[in-house]
Amino acid sequence: MTRTRISYDGVVLCAPVTVPYERYSSQTAHWWAGRALRALTGATGFGPGDIDGFCFASFSAAPDTAVGMVQHLGLSPRWLDHLPTGGASGVMALRRAARAVQCGDADIVACVAADTNHLDSFRQTLAGFSRFSQDAVYPYGFGGPNATFALITDAYMRTYGIGREHFGKLCVAQRRNALFNPLALMRTELTLDDYLRARPISDPVHLFDCVMPCAGAEAFIVTTPEIAAARGLKTARILATIERHNAFPDDPVQLRGGWAMDVDDLWSMAGIGPEQVHMLQAYDDYPVIVAMQLEDLGFCPKGQAADFIARTGFEIDGDLPLNTNGGQLSAGQAGAAGGFQNVTEGLRQVLHQPLGAQVPDARTAALSGFGLVNYDRGVCTAAAVIEACR
Amino acid sequence: MSQHPPRDKRDPLARRKDRHVPPGLRSSAMHAMSARAAAGCFVLQACQDCGAVTYPPRDACPRCWGELLWQDQARGALVLCETTIRATTDLYFRDHLPWRMGKLALDAGPTALAHLHADLKPGDRADMHLMLDKGGNAALFALPAGGRPDMDDHQWREFTVPVKDRIVLVSDARSAIGRAVVKALHSAGAGLIFAGMAPPSRAADLTDELSGLDRVQTLPFDITDSSLVAEGISKIAGPLDIVINTARFVRGGRNLVDQKRMMDIAVLGFMRLSAACAPLLAGRPAGAFVDLVSIQALAGEAGFAGYAAAEAARLSLLHSFRHDMRAQGVRVLSIFSGPSDDEDHQSVPPPKVAPSRLAREVVEALHMGRETTCVGEVASDAMERWLADPALFVREKNL
Repeated sequence: MTRTRISYDGVVLCAPVTVPYERYSSQTAHWWAGRALRALTGATGFGPGDIDGFCFASFSAAPDTAVGMVQHLGLSPRWLDHLPTGGASGVMALRRAARAVQCGDADIVACVAADTNHLDSFRQTLAGFSRFSQDAVYPYGFGGPNATFALITDAYMRTYGIGREHFGKLCVAQRRNALFNPLALMRTELTLDDYLRARPISDPVHLFDCVMPCAGAEAFIVTTPEIAAARGLKTARILATIERHNAFPDDPVQLRGGWAMDVDDLWSMAGIGPEQVHMLQAYDDYPVIVAMQLEDLGFCPKGQAADFIARTGFEIDGDLPLNTNGGQLSAGQAGAAGGFQNVTEGLRQVLHQPLGAQVPDARTAALSGFGLVNYDRGVCTAAAVIEACR
Repeated sequence: MSQHPPRDKRDPLARRKDRHVPPGLRSSAMHAMSARAAAGCFVLQACQDCGAVTYPPRDACPRCWGELLWQDQARGALVLCETTIRATTDLYFRDHLPWRMGKLALDAGPTALAHLHADLKPGDRADMHLMLDKGGNAALFALPAGGRPDMDDHQWREFTVPVKDRIVLVSDARSAIGRAVVKALHSAGAGLIFAGMAPPSRAADLTDELSGLDRVQTLPFDITDSSLVAEGISKIAGPLDIVINTARFVRGGRNLVDQKRMMDIAVLGFMRLSAACAPLLAGRPAGAFVDLVSIQALAGEAGFAGYAAAEAARLSLLHSFRHDMRAQGVRVLSIFSGPSDDEDHQSVPPPKVAPSRLAREVVEALHMGRETTCVGEVASDAMERWLADPALFVREKNL
C-alpha cells in the first residue's frame, strides 16, 4: 500500500540569499555561515532571537557540526538539523524544514550552507571524504570526483550514444546565463569550440565539464505564510518534493539517479508536469548528471537526452531555462553551498528577485539535487517543485 | 673480480628524486584484505548467512546484515568503462600520470574499480590480481584474460619488482641457494649482480662458473662483519635496486657456539645488511629487499630449537624493516621455505626444496610483487596450519 504524500500547506519559502563567492578564502566556514545569517537578517529583519529552527550543511566546518554552529552563532533553536549530503542538501533542507514548520515544531527555520576554500582545502576534503573512497577509489590514481564522473560519463556515452557536443551545449548555455550574474566566478564567454578543445582532465571529462571549487554561502528561510506576510516578504510554496538514497544499488554503473524511483510521485503531487515548469535548477557538477536529470525527472524519455538537448534552448529566455545563475559550472562550487544554489536561484527567479536576468513570466521551478560520491556514484538525490505565491 | 662494462655514476650534486607512495589511509577491513593480498590471494568478503559477495570491504552484509568472511574468488571480470586520469593532487600519482583505471563487473558478483593494463578496453575480459601498491596496501589490477602479464606495462611495473636490467646484491653467493639465486637472476636478465663471497676467498672462487658470467661481479661480503658490509656497499657505489639476503647458518641442537653464529647471521647480520642498504634502495623507482627465512620462524621445533629461535627473531626484524621501508616505497619480501636439498639439511628426510626451485620462486615473487611466498609443501602446509590455528600448530610441532 502506498500512502499519498500530504501537501505542504501552511509553509512558505522566502529570502534566498547568496554570499558572494571567492575562489580562495582565508576565512572559516563559521565566518561564511555568519555572513549568510547576516544576509538573511538584511532580507527579512529576523534576528538570532527570531530564528527557532536551524538546518546546516558544510564540508569544512570540522570539528564542528550544526551543534557547534548554533553556539558559535548565538542561536537557540527548538529544531536543529545537520545535513552531510552535499549536493542534495538544499532540497533536503527545504523539505525537512517545511515539515517542521507545518507541524509546529518551528516557526522560522534558517537553512544555511557555508563552506570555505583554503589553498589546500580541496585536497584535504578529498583525502578524508569517505571510507569506501579511501579503500577503493583514491588508491586508483587519486583522480577525485573527476575520475569517478569520468567513468560514469564514459559508460553513459557508450550506452546512450550521447556526444561531448551535447554536454557542451549545456555548459555553453549555462555560461551564457552566468554572463548576467554579477556573482558568478566565471563570466567570460564560452563557445562550443572552446569546450570541445579544452584540455582533458580524466577522459572523457575535460576542463569545462568540471566545476571550480570556491568559498561561499547560500541560505533561505522556511516559515508560515502569516509570519512572512507580517514582514512583507515575497514567498513561494512547495508543490512537491522527493528524496532517495542509494537507489538502484545493483546497477553496475550509475546510468540513472534516485529520481527515477520517485518521479511519478513528484509530478502527481505537484499537479503539473515537467512541460509546465518554467525552469530547471539542476545539480550540475558534471554535465552528464544534468543529462541524467533531464531523463530521470521526466523532461525526456530515458536514453533520449541527446535528442532533447539538441532541440531545446537552455538560456534564460530559452524553452527550458537551466541553471539560470550559471550553475556551479560557471558560478562556482562552494562546497555544500553548491547543493543550495539550485534552491536559492529557483526561489529568486519565481519571486522575481534575480541576481541578474529574469526568466520571463516565471512562476514555477523544478529544483534538483544530487550528492555525495561515497564510492562509485552519487548516493543522495532529491527534487522539488515550487511555485510563487500570489 | 670479473670484467663488466662501466656503469653510469650518479651526479653527486644532482638533487635526488623524492619518492612518494600512494595515499595510505585504509579501514580495518581493507587491511585484512591487504594481509591476504600479501600472499597473492584473490579474496573478497562473502556473507556467512546469505552467501552474497561484497566489495568494497564492509563490516556487515548489505543484503541481510550477516557476518562477512574472506573467501577466495573467481578472478574473471568484464571491463565496463575506463578513464585516463591526467590531473591529480596526489604526489605519487602526479609522478606517474597519465594513469588508466576502470570499472569492472567481477564474475564473483560485485563491481570494482581497478588499475587497467594498457591493452584492456571496455568490453574486454580480464583477470583480476590483488596486488600491493607501493604503500603496501591491496589494490586490484586488471590484466588481459589468460595472458602472461607484460612486464613492460608502466602501471603494472609499479606493483611488481622488475628484474631485467636491474642491479642486484646477493648477500651470500657461495651457498647452494645463493649460487642458484645468482643464476636465476642472471637468466631473468638482471643488469648486474653483485655476488657476495665471504672472505677469505678460496681458490675455487677463481674457477667458479659464476664469476665467468657476464653481468656477475663477485664482491667480498660478509653480513657478520660490519666493516665488510660497509665496504661492500661503498664498492657498489651506484644505484642498487634489489638486495637478496641468502645468508644463513643452519645447525640442529643447542650448541652455544653454533647458536652465537646463527644469531650473528640471522639476527645481527640482517640488521647490518638492512641498515646499510636501506638508503640506496629508498632512492630507486622499484627497490626491493628479499629475505629467505625458514618456516620454522613461525613456531619453535625441538630438533632445531636454536635455529628456529634465530629465524623467529629474523622474521620479527623483517616485519619491522617492512614497516620502515613502506614510506619509501621499497618492497620487503619474505620467502619462506622448509628444509632445502643441500648440505644444511642432510639429516632431514624429503620432501625438501631444491635450491634451483627456491631461486625460481625468488624471481617469481619479485615479478609478481608478492610480499609473502611459501616455497614447497612443508612451508605451505605449515603456513596454512599456523594461519588456521597458531596455538594448535605450536603444540603439534612440539608433541
